[in-house]
Amino acid sequence: MSNFGFNISNTRVISMDECNMGNVERLHLEVPSFKRCISCGACSATCSAHQFTDFNIRKLHNLYRRGQYAGLQEELKACMLCGKCTLVCPRGVNLRSMIINMRKILYEANKR
Amino acid sequence: MSNYFSPFVLPFLFGVIALIVICLIKYIRWYKQFDRLQKTILLKNIFSLRFLSAIWETVMEALFHRKIFKRNFLLGYMHASIALGWFLLIVVGAIESELALETDKPFWIGIFYRYFIHDPQAFPNAHFFAHLMDFILLIVLSGVILAYVKSVFSRFFGMKKTSKHVVFDRFAKFSLWLIFPLRLISESFTAALYNNGGFLTQGLGDLINYSVADILEIPAWTLYSFALGTFFVAMPFSRYMHIFTEVILIFLRKWGLSENENVSGFTMYELSACSRCGICIDNCPLYKDLKLQGVQSIYFLRDLRYKRPKEEIADNCLMCMRCMAECPVGLDLMTIRRQLRNKKELDTNDNYKYIDNLQSFNSIGRVIYFAGCMSHLTPGIIDAMLTIFDKVDQKYWFMDKDKTICCGRPLMQQGFTIQASELRRKNTQLIKQSGANMLITSCPICYQSFKKEYNLPIQVMHHTEYIHMLIKSGKLKVRKDDLKVVYHDPCELGRACGIYQQPRQILKTISTLLKTKNEKENSLCCGYNLGNTVIEPEQQGEIRNAALGSLIAKNPDVIATACPMCKKAFKRATNCNVKDIAELVKENMIL
Repeated sequence: MSNFGFNISNTRVISMDECNMGNVERLHLEVPSFKRCISCGACSATCSAHQFTDFNIRKLHNLYRRGQYAGLQEELKACMLCGKCTLVCPRGVNLRSMIINMRKILYEANKR
Repeated sequence: MSNYFSPFVLPFLFGVIALIVICLIKYIRWYKQFDRLQKTILLKNIFSLRFLSAIWETVMEALFHRKIFKRNFLLGYMHASIALGWFLLIVVGAIESELALETDKPFWIGIFYRYFIHDPQAFPNAHFFAHLMDFILLIVLSGVILAYVKSVFSRFFGMKKTSKHVVFDRFAKFSLWLIFPLRLISESFTAALYNNGGFLTQGLGDLINYSVADILEIPAWTLYSFALGTFFVAMPFSRYMHIFTEVILIFLRKWGLSENENVSGFTMYELSACSRCGICIDNCPLYKDLKLQGVQSIYFLRDLRYKRPKEEIADNCLMCMRCMAECPVGLDLMTIRRQLRNKKELDTNDNYKYIDNLQSFNSIGRVIYFAGCMSHLTPGIIDAMLTIFDKVDQKYWFMDKDKTICCGRPLMQQGFTIQASELRRKNTQLIKQSGANMLITSCPICYQSFKKEYNLPIQVMHHTEYIHMLIKSGKLKVRKDDLKVVYHDPCELGRACGIYQQPRQILKTISTLLKTKNEKENSLCCGYNLGNTVIEPEQQGEIRNAALGSLIAKNPDVIATACPMCKKAFKRATNCNVKDIAELVKENMIL
């Protein structure tokens, strides 16, 4: 099997009571198109940073959407903002804006 | 002095003193905000002969308003008549008082000349001067009348949307509008009393009853003085600060100063040199196609100047440079916008450790081909370029074939300057180590980055320049087919790098190039420019459709462009063929 650099995650349980969904709401306000994602993975497939690392936007997007922010801030730094993901997204998600705003929101949340 | 003083001079006097003091305070403060490099450059060049060309530019732009004339004659006449006319009123007034009086002349005598000097033959040829001053006043008044008309019917002046102004601006504007009619009235009253006017003021004065003039003369001159005083006090806080600042800015630019990464004293000069004429509004794609207001350069600079910059406004710009092409003052609008996008805490070091292991390739005697991230989404362009390299037996190193490092410009545009420099450092290292003698890129974004931000020791070419060179030197032979083609100028290649001719000459060689409505500096952005992260893809689509509409107006067979981004943008919205110039050349090569 070819190695895509990412694999299907192990089964796990997310307790929504323990998640802080405030950051998700904030991102919705900043980047309304964030909601449209269908997790097709086109962004990850085309990603320039993904050619070097296991940086995976789809994964990060899903983690963020579920309120699991641990380690996201560090991982998001790998993005070069080249914009290929935004151009290939079939759902018209403004991914560059999403990444910048995720970084901004997480930075402010961690500062507090 | 006592002979030539009247209490009504006081408002004017107060205004002038306030104006000079406030301007000096501001200018000295901004000078102190220059960084060390800017100060060094300034001190090095200040005594060179560059001031000659600065004076020339000041006369052409600050007085004659050449750029505005080119855009619209009426608009140019309006600005030039007020600026040049007022300047001449001051200069000729000073000469007049110099001739009339030998000693005992306060500096305001030129402004209130007719009130203080009643003798129509105060010096030889005084009549001529009276007529000349009236003629100049007439020209200024025609400009003021045009300004009234413009505030209602801006369309006649080539402007659809005019700017919204702050309170100080309105204050200054209304007093400016009153100054010259009041001068006319005051001089006419005086002419009615003493017969010392020129053709205009005397003509009006003769219609006025002597006793009426006797009563109203002083009030009229007082109002005139008040209008002047109000304008002078409001000026440093309003958009009219541009009157002096633009001149200083022209000199600073000629002395070699420019914007740098952060807001500096130079930025402060640029902010105040913006006259808020509103010319940038009409053609901004965000206004023209999306009707977004308040984000255009004029409002952005205004908010910044009054210390209330809004982050979302700084971000909401395509960076298509259309406003810069229009700006009569030639402000560096894109750099100022980038300075405000500074991401501060987010912009961290060592984000891209993963590129450290990338190896260079021994390319002595070869050229480097850097397709650019976007070109990887348009494989046709890469394929065409590689075919062309093979055809002309040019050995190359395809630098970003498998592992693509971004050039760094998208990061820089969003204000991540440290992260961008990290990518630039690695790319520079790879390029230098390879020993290649030339770098060819297919992406105008990368092209601009390599050309302006990298400082590479080797030649950098966009593929249109390269192909043009090949065809011109006869290395690449092409045939002309009967396709009708229109060319779309990408923002980053055209307005940003000034490459207009090479693509057109290639297209003329291989096809029939049709003219379009918006060409060269006036080309429309495809909407997909990476500069903007705020607008949504649907809004980008609307901007794209507007650009597309102007391109397909003449039913071309092919829309040619030179940017993978523009190609991608158009391709998904039209049935018309969209091709990169490289692809068209490949199809028309003679085997």
